[in-house]
Amino acid sequence: MPNPVISAKSLVKKFKDFEAVKGIDFEVEPGESFGLLGPNGAGKSTTMRMIGAVSNRTSGDLEILGMDPSVDGPKIRAQLGVVPQADNLDQELKVWENLYVYGRYFGIDKKIVKDRLEGLLDFAQLKDKRNEKIDDLSGGMKRRLTIARGLMNEPKIFLLDEPTTGLDPQARHILWDRLFRLREQGTTLVLTTHYMDEAEQLADRLIVVDKGQIMAEGSPAALIRQYSSREVAEVRFGSDSNRSAADALSGVGDRIEVLPDRILIYANNGEEILSEVHRRGLVPITSLVRRSSLEDVFLKLTGRSLID
Amino acid sequence: MSAIIPGLSSMYAGNAGSVISRGVRATKSTNFWIVISGFFEPVFYLLSMGIGLGALVGEVESSGKLVPYAAFIAPALLAVSGMNGAIYDSTMNVFFKLNYGKIYQTMLTTPLGPLDVALGEIFLALLRGGLYATGFLGVMQLFGLNLSWTAILAIPAVIIIAFGFASIGMGITSYMTRFQQLDLIQFFLLPMFLFSATFYPLSVYPEGVQVFIQALPLWHGVELIRALTLGTFSAGHLWHLLYFVVMIVVGLIFTSRRLKKLFQD
Repeated sequence: MPNPVISAKSLVKKFKDFEAVKGIDFEVEPGESFGLLGPNGAGKSTTMRMIGAVSNRTSGDLEILGMDPSVDGPKIRAQLGVVPQADNLDQELKVWENLYVYGRYFGIDKKIVKDRLEGLLDFAQLKDKRNEKIDDLSGGMKRRLTIARGLMNEPKIFLLDEPTTGLDPQARHILWDRLFRLREQGTTLVLTTHYMDEAEQLADRLIVVDKGQIMAEGSPAALIRQYSSREVAEVRFGSDSNRSAADALSGVGDRIEVLPDRILIYANNGEEILSEVHRRGLVPITSLVRRSSLEDVFLKLTGRSLID
Repeated sequence: MSAIIPGLSSMYAGNAGSVISRGVRATKSTNFWIVISGFFEPVFYLLSMGIGLGALVGEVESSGKLVPYAAFIAPALLAVSGMNGAIYDSTMNVFFKLNYGKIYQTMLTTPLGPLDVALGEIFLALLRGGLYATGFLGVMQLFGLNLSWTAILAIPAVIIIAFGFASIGMGITSYMTRFQQLDLIQFFLLPMFLFSATFYPLSVYPEGVQVFIQALPLWHGVELIRALTLGTFSAGHLWHLLYFVVMIVVGLIFTSRRLKKLFQD
């Protein structure tokens, strides 16, 4: 087995009295696409900052590419690609200059930077926008440029913090396509997200994080198999009647979750469940059957939804 | 293992040059006229106070030498122009980059360390201070206010003064989170500008006040530059330089620690 590119043991980060990361362990293999899934405030970004060698751990061990980030911060950062949660493109510079100047921060030779930026503009589908100002780009374009910028140093590990948050569905899909290509090329990806569909699309393996701790670990499919049923029937009776309807439904399916706006019934066959609901004389306002997702895994593990 | 103390390798990557070239590029595209405008402020002071008021005052004595009033205040204004160039850059510009542009945040996710960023940004401030100083020295030459060849040494001296102000100024700015707080800097700088033996000799103050003024950085700058442009420089003026060397070292340590704390906690 190859050496892991990231290895964390009992990793802790405290801010004054607040413990953001409470002793987590994980490893990331080279070429793997590794996800951190969790709600806002779970400690994902804090963990990412520690991996990115811009935040010192409070205790525990952390090795990035065989180095200790609190000793070799600059050497580690030289081999990382970073896409932060909020776009922080340089607004005083044009599109191509953003790539150029960023490459120079890494001390990469001017000629090499100029060569690479052509390929990256192409990758980001921004060739015809090269002389535009940052302000004139759409949200999706800015995000693609930020991702292209992160690839300027041909990183060994690519860190993406909430890569598609705030984008419209079309822009998200374009972005996923770009990231998928990187994955195919063997780039090690580490990404955080609170979108289950994103985690399912992009991660080979993930950890589910909540309140600074790891709740579960595995591939998306394995996690769903382990913590949820194959299908879910979602029924709505209106916010006032959900509670009483749930009582009438006790014993139906493997497990029932009552959310403020709907009831989730977990079972192997969702259609059968719907028939059973009707047999019991209950008429939902709306109903649907879907496959279990990571959202359900999260709900099972924490009793809460991912997006509150 | 708990507290991990960062060594120099985590502070400095030896690539401040990339920070400087980014600054030059950004200035070329957006800030050019703002930079130019800063040059005129001391020129206006020289015209109104030195030439206008100077006609009433006549000659004053400095280090035992009688000189025209304009020649007395011009070196002080030169020191001020260096200070202003450095301060504008290390406060207004740095404030924007810290709080809105997120420029440093980006830089510090690359191999660059806080000291690279501090040095690069401060060098830009010096470049500006140096440009103002050179321009102003030219104006002084035009009005015949440089009384000695040593005046040419005022340019490197102003750059050292600017270095001192910029390195401290950037650190102080890092504590500010709102634009209004920048006014505090002006609130401190304006009286320092007016009272640091800029327009009259230090001897007009009672002794207690003199000691206070002598503790302030601008007074040292004014004395140093004045000695150079009037031709009264002696070994006794070297301690003014020492003052700025200390200010530079303290400022650099202070500022890079602040950047480290803000962005690489």
